[in-house]
Amino acid sequence: MTKRLLSVEDLQVSFATRDGENQAVRGVSFHIDAGETVGIVGESGSGKSVTAKAIMSLIMPPGRITAGNIEFRGERLTGLSEKEWRSLRGNRIAMVFQDPMTSLNPVKKIGQQLTEVIRRHRGLNKEAAVAEAARMLLQVGIQNPEQRLKQYPHEFSGGMRQRVMIAMALSCQPELLIADEPTTALDATIQAQILDLFKELKENSDTAIALITHDLGVVAQVCTRVIVMYGGLIMEEGTVEDIFYRPRHPYTEGLLRSIPKRGGGSRERLIPIEGTPPDLLDPPPGCPFMERCPHAFARCSERPPVVELTPGHRSMCWLVESVQNQTAVHAEGGDSGE
Amino acid sequence: MNRSKWKNVKDELFANGLGVAALLTLIVFTLGAVFAFLSGYDPNAMEAMARLKPPGAGHWFGTDDYGRDYLARALYGGRISLLVGFASMIVATGIGATIGVISGYFGGWLDNLLMRMLDVIMSIPSFLILLLLSVYLKPSVGNLIIIIALLMWMNVARVVRAETMTIKEREYVLYAKASGQSASGIIWRHILPGLVPVIIVGATNNIASAIMMESSLSFLGFGVQPPNATWGSMLNSAQGYIAQAPYLALFPGLLILLTVLSFNVLGDILRVGFEPKLMRR
Amino acid sequence: MSESKVLVDVNNLQKHFSKGKDMRGRDTAVLKAVDGVSFQIRQGETFGLVGESGSGKSTVGRCLLRLYDYTGGEVFFDGQPLGKLGEKGLKPFRRRIQSIFQDPYSSLNLSLNVLELISEPMKIHGIYKGEERKEAVAALLERVGLKREHLYRFPHEFSGGQRQRISIARALSVRPEFVVCDEPISALDVSVQAQVVNMLEDLQSEFGLTYLFIAHDLSMVRHISDRIGVMYGGRLVEVADSDELYDNPLHPYTKALLSSILETDPRKGSQRIRLEGYSGEREAAAQAMLREVSPGHYVALD
Repeated sequence: MTKRLLSVEDLQVSFATRDGENQAVRGVSFHIDAGETVGIVGESGSGKSVTAKAIMSLIMPPGRITAGNIEFRGERLTGLSEKEWRSLRGNRIAMVFQDPMTSLNPVKKIGQQLTEVIRRHRGLNKEAAVAEAARMLLQVGIQNPEQRLKQYPHEFSGGMRQRVMIAMALSCQPELLIADEPTTALDATIQAQILDLFKELKENSDTAIALITHDLGVVAQVCTRVIVMYGGLIMEEGTVEDIFYRPRHPYTEGLLRSIPKRGGGSRERLIPIEGTPPDLLDPPPGCPFMERCPHAFARCSERPPVVELTPGHRSMCWLVESVQNQTAVHAEGGDSGE
Repeated sequence: MNRSKWKNVKDELFANGLGVAALLTLIVFTLGAVFAFLSGYDPNAMEAMARLKPPGAGHWFGTDDYGRDYLARALYGGRISLLVGFASMIVATGIGATIGVISGYFGGWLDNLLMRMLDVIMSIPSFLILLLLSVYLKPSVGNLIIIIALLMWMNVARVVRAETMTIKEREYVLYAKASGQSASGIIWRHILPGLVPVIIVGATNNIASAIMMESSLSFLGFGVQPPNATWGSMLNSAQGYIAQAPYLALFPGLLILLTVLSFNVLGDILRVGFEPKLMRR
Repeated sequence: MSESKVLVDVNNLQKHFSKGKDMRGRDTAVLKAVDGVSFQIRQGETFGLVGESGSGKSTVGRCLLRLYDYTGGEVFFDGQPLGKLGEKGLKPFRRRIQSIFQDPYSSLNLSLNVLELISEPMKIHGIYKGEERKEAVAALLERVGLKREHLYRFPHEFSGGQRQRISIARALSVRPEFVVCDEPISALDVSVQAQVVNMLEDLQSEFGLTYLFIAHDLSMVRHISDRIGVMYGGRLVEVADSDELYDNPLHPYTKALLSSILETDPRKGSQRIRLEGYSGEREAAAQAMLREVSPGHYVALD
């Protein structure tokens, strides 16, 4: 068995607004094992970014964690003091954000910022830290690292800055790297390069990666396991193959159908999911996808159970539950993936 | 302005105890100023026997160094202070917002001209301007309002210009322009509503500084002439007696403080109420 | 398609921005956002304009809307040059050319309700009055998949996709011939993007619209465009029919852009074409002119 790194149990987060409680995350449970790359995918308002922030204890008022438990290597994270957090954050859990410009200090040289982090977390002396910083830059694909260390953030392009952010996050050899939409702000050609970098990381380092994204293409290219979120809940969870070849939740199916196919001809009609996402100020008590779901039936107005289809492949849907009950053993698909 | 905005403002006001308190304070002060004669004393009547009497039964606020009833002076003084504060705020905000919008929206040489003009006015010490103006203008409440407004509009103009420049790059303004809306139509319909929050903040700050400025002008002898009282002049003349009769400074000081504070609280409520609700992403 | 007339003719369009001015107001540095771009859009067709940030694609769109004055070149709409026209002369064109912008959060004035938003262009161009106008707006709302009850709602009460529908209804309210769509779906979720793209296509066939569809990635644009132009560094580097462009890209930048479309099949890794010269740091594009290499396929290669 692989080592359990992070486990999240029934996490609930809400934000107080003028119009009431915005229940951004409404009971989410999942885990991440050492060394794996998990994609948390969902549309805006699905709760994916809030979940990531909750793991990093970055939920600020008016937001708060209303229920649930987060454990990292068996240690409870919820309820840690800010001081205890500081030794964990950056050190054992690191985060990369969407916008690399706002995450770097514009008036400090890249080298200064990088060596500072390295020295603080790894206790190296100055020369060793500089050498390490140069090595890290090279690892994320930045050429002439010695020269680049002497430059300021504005001398770097968007993609290069995101590389620096990743280098900074990795420089303390974290056990878990949480990347929140790391390529969304970048141009397509640059995004491709950064994803290549994540793929390399996946192969060559022990760091587990949680990749939060709205882009199924990113997930397909980089991740081994996928968590699909919608309306503050996990709709489906499974390996990349489970999700892309054997989706068992109508939302996942709809999402996959709505992406333009790479080989499709010009002016080929797209298949959207009709309707709009639920209002989380007043979320439906049942399945959040009910209103847009082509298969919805009466039962969907109750919260569906999470059904485990094959080991690790879970879906929160009454349809799956009823099929599962009728046929006892679900024979479709044949292989179990692994 | 549409109805839902006022409803927002109302909700915001009553959701907040502070807002109600601020509104009540200003209402009480205004009523006090209007019905100042009910105090039963002539604010300018001196009573040699009753100099510097501390607050008590006969004189609730005590008396000043000439033996005048301090409550009556505070109430009559409120008339001028509140009037000057409010009126010069309106004039200053009007001038500032107009110049700011024109400068920010049209840009180019017009912006350059207006902003250089503003820089010049701001770089001249206000004392110098005051001295110059006092040669040509007679001291009166009307002139006081104009002078204070002329010294205050620049800050509003600055923030309004900056805000206009951001708003005019928004896509809904681009759309309006691309669909043939006239410049005045764009400014009225699309730019001004977005400016309301900054204008309100500027205006409430202006009331505060207008009341303060009135007191310094009175001190210079250019404000309201003695023996007529204003809160500012009362505070100024209290300086000499700060040790013997601290209440002389305390009462006008408190009145100014509460007024300014109340305007700021109300300004904040207006600003929040007028801001369109944004959806959480 | 080829027999229909040319509606929009962009001829060597240039737009330079001043990056800095000296004390006397003279330009010290100039950004050539659009540096000599020519293309034509035929009536009823959708022309996709694709490029990454800084390529100048949005500037081209804004020049067509005459939000900017051009530095050089000319844009002809229905045979008439727009460049020298004043606001008065432009007014009829401002009805015939409409626009939809990217950000559904900033393309609608939050202080106006749906009726006021959609009827604004009608008011400007004097189309319908009073009750009739309200009816027209309600009909438009229903046409874009919203409801009559929404007339008096405010933008914050809608989701991103719904707001974009309001923008579309607003653009169509004056019965335009040509709509500049400046990244109309980039800020939307995938499932909603498809809704909007399909709706734009339906409306195009219903009202005989011509579109300029500006986008930053190539995956969606193929589904709506008849022809696509690829911009890089302020210039067009390749123009071709959509299928031709996807199947037979000739310019190295087009190839790089195409290969950066993410494969949504986990078993198929993307064979990525890496071109250091064309990704990452950007220099001015080569000065090569567009040449027709096969019928309708133009490429700028040295």
